[in-house]
Amino acid sequence: MSARFVSIWFPHLSTDWFSLRQPHLKKLPFVLRTSSHGRMVITSTNVVAEQKGISKGMPLADAKAIIPELEIIDDQSDLPLKLLNRLAEWCIRFTPIVGIDSPDGLLLDVSGCPHLWGGEEDYLADIVKKLQNRGYDVRVAIADTIGIAWGMARFGKEPLIVEKEANLEALLFLPPEALRLESETIDRLHKLGLHEIGQFINMPRPSLRRRFGPQFISQLDKALGYQIEMITPVQPIEPYQERLPCIESIATLTGIEIALKELLKKLCLRLVQEQKGLRTAQFKCYRVDGKVEQIAIETNSPSLSMEHLFKLFEIKLSSIEPDLGIELFVLEAPKVEDHLPKQKKLWDASGGLEDERLAELIDKLSVKFGKECINRYVPDEHYWPERSFKPASSLQEKLTTFFWCEDKLRPLQVLKDPESIVVAAPIPDYPPMLFRYKGKVHKIIKADGPERIEQEWWIQQGQHRDYYHVEDEEGRRYWLFRLGHYDQTFQWFIHGFFS
Amino acid sequence: MLLVEKAKLIGELQGSILRMQGLKSLGSPAAEVGLGAINNAFPNATFPVGCIHEFISASNEDTASTSGFVSGLLSLLMKDGGTGLWISASRTLFPPALKHFGLQPDHFIFIDLKKEKEVLEAMDEALKCAAINAVIGEVKDLSFTASRRLQLAVEQSQVTGFILRQNSRNLGTTACISRWKISHLSSESIDLPGVGFPAWRVELLKIRNGKPGSWDIQWKDGRFVPLQKFPLFIEQQKQKAG
Repeated sequence: MSARFVSIWFPHLSTDWFSLRQPHLKKLPFVLRTSSHGRMVITSTNVVAEQKGISKGMPLADAKAIIPELEIIDDQSDLPLKLLNRLAEWCIRFTPIVGIDSPDGLLLDVSGCPHLWGGEEDYLADIVKKLQNRGYDVRVAIADTIGIAWGMARFGKEPLIVEKEANLEALLFLPPEALRLESETIDRLHKLGLHEIGQFINMPRPSLRRRFGPQFISQLDKALGYQIEMITPVQPIEPYQERLPCIESIATLTGIEIALKELLKKLCLRLVQEQKGLRTAQFKCYRVDGKVEQIAIETNSPSLSMEHLFKLFEIKLSSIEPDLGIELFVLEAPKVEDHLPKQKKLWDASGGLEDERLAELIDKLSVKFGKECINRYVPDEHYWPERSFKPASSLQEKLTTFFWCEDKLRPLQVLKDPESIVVAAPIPDYPPMLFRYKGKVHKIIKADGPERIEQEWWIQQGQHRDYYHVEDEEGRRYWLFRLGHYDQTFQWFIHGFFS
Repeated sequence: MLLVEKAKLIGELQGSILRMQGLKSLGSPAAEVGLGAINNAFPNATFPVGCIHEFISASNEDTASTSGFVSGLLSLLMKDGGTGLWISASRTLFPPALKHFGLQPDHFIFIDLKKEKEVLEAMDEALKCAAINAVIGEVKDLSFTASRRLQLAVEQSQVTGFILRQNSRNLGTTACISRWKISHLSSESIDLPGVGFPAWRVELLKIRNGKPGSWDIQWKDGRFVPLQKFPLFIEQQKQKAG
């Protein structure tokens, strides 16, 4: 069986992606730009812009002169590779061997695949249709060698199917660019009047090598199939999944527990070998009647302890309805993280926040009561009291740049929303003498303040707060504030209780 | 002579009874220094760890005082780092303020639940975990059975539990080792204007194998200091005389 290769060319890869995300761009002329040598240069264009005469590599100023209403977006240099990676993984449905052809194409080794689609024509039509449905503009060619498929996809005329053993005929009418040569060689060929491969392919090899170098000959050989060219295939990520089919359907809790333990054992073994830890896991039970029962767990730090994971599942295990019985159990771990085994301590002291036992406790609590009830806080760079701390991203997050503020006194108990109070205070800036809170009048004996906290105007508009720390005649200590200036409209609030 | 021997014998017996009841001392001398005169109220004259302490308060102001006193105790318990769990269904605690009591607010994990029943359930789970230093739970009502469960959980792990009860309707017997009531006092007046250091009246209403009592203390320079009324009194006397 002879080898067959497909080359997929995305003439507008990045712009297609942008117009997928912002559909209004589809009908407008739009380009991506980047700065190069101190000026803005177009890196890719969409179809509309191209029809109006804008091409890649053109300075942005020139393009704007042609179309003043041109839409411009900054280019992301790593975007094409990312997109190609994603598309390559997706193309594994057509053939197991898919390679990336930077900067704007894919190469597929399709030997022995097209007949499954009922022939090469249908095969190519399916690829084109599916990619176009995804929103990408493509040209797809199939040939015996990578070189010809590549050239045909970019420069060939329809039909883009090169029959077997017809390499030479296909090459004859292609321009020299189709051989993937360096731009200098291409320029030289055009200068010599060699605009088609057919014009020089029959020239004596030694003179071609002398004029255009060994690279040129090697590319020609690759296209003709005299020299073998390899594809570096993308490796699909193997999912962390374990399956356990049952000969007889299982309907008891003990049975399900045994199945879960079996699957966890297998999964944990694999995780240990790959030095990974589990973050999320799903346990799916396929019932005889076709329904799927599933439970999911989540951990706070990578874990590969079988007992711990089983305990987490155990809390939810009772929610599984086996009904007539379960015939297949599947355990999936969609999210895993690197987990290096820690050195065990001889003594059993508290390991602080990094202790595994603490992480296991938090996992248990979050499975029982929900993830959102677990809070840990780190300081935030704000003076406004409500914003002076923020939820930590993880249990292990350390304070690095910003530490807890020590010089400003804050009360231990703070009301969720400050409550309005009635106050008698001498102006301009003296602390209050009396205030009424919940129907009780408090006479203030001692006071500290004011501590002015300004609004952070970039977040929120409004008046500043003047905080006072006051103590009444019975020793109760409060945190009061006045919203606004004393000589304008202002209001007093109680915000907290000092210990 | 006989009397001395008898006292010694009784002392030994008391010690073994305490051990049987699962009471262990903190072991670090600094914690004993921390509470000063209050220590004499405890069995073995050390603050009991690895058991449940109960605090009652009536108003928001008292809750603030109670949480202040508890934070002071925690700063002694968590001196060498470590983690605390604050479990509540209606938390009003302001995490950054813990810093003033010598605690690292980021060493606390706050579990904010919806129901009181869940708080007890979570506390039961947390108290079994030996990797944490202290568990603080805010509940209104605590039945004897629930408190017994918590006490049993704690005996294995040696974690210290604090239960803060605000506006409790039913102050029945519990299995907690102690019951405290902390109320606010006027801060000590010094010559400078402004509010002084936080001062509280600490009432130890119940303590197993100990002597209940009442003390006036304040939190000053990162430790508990007895509140002294005399200088002010002398000052007033001087003024009168002058």
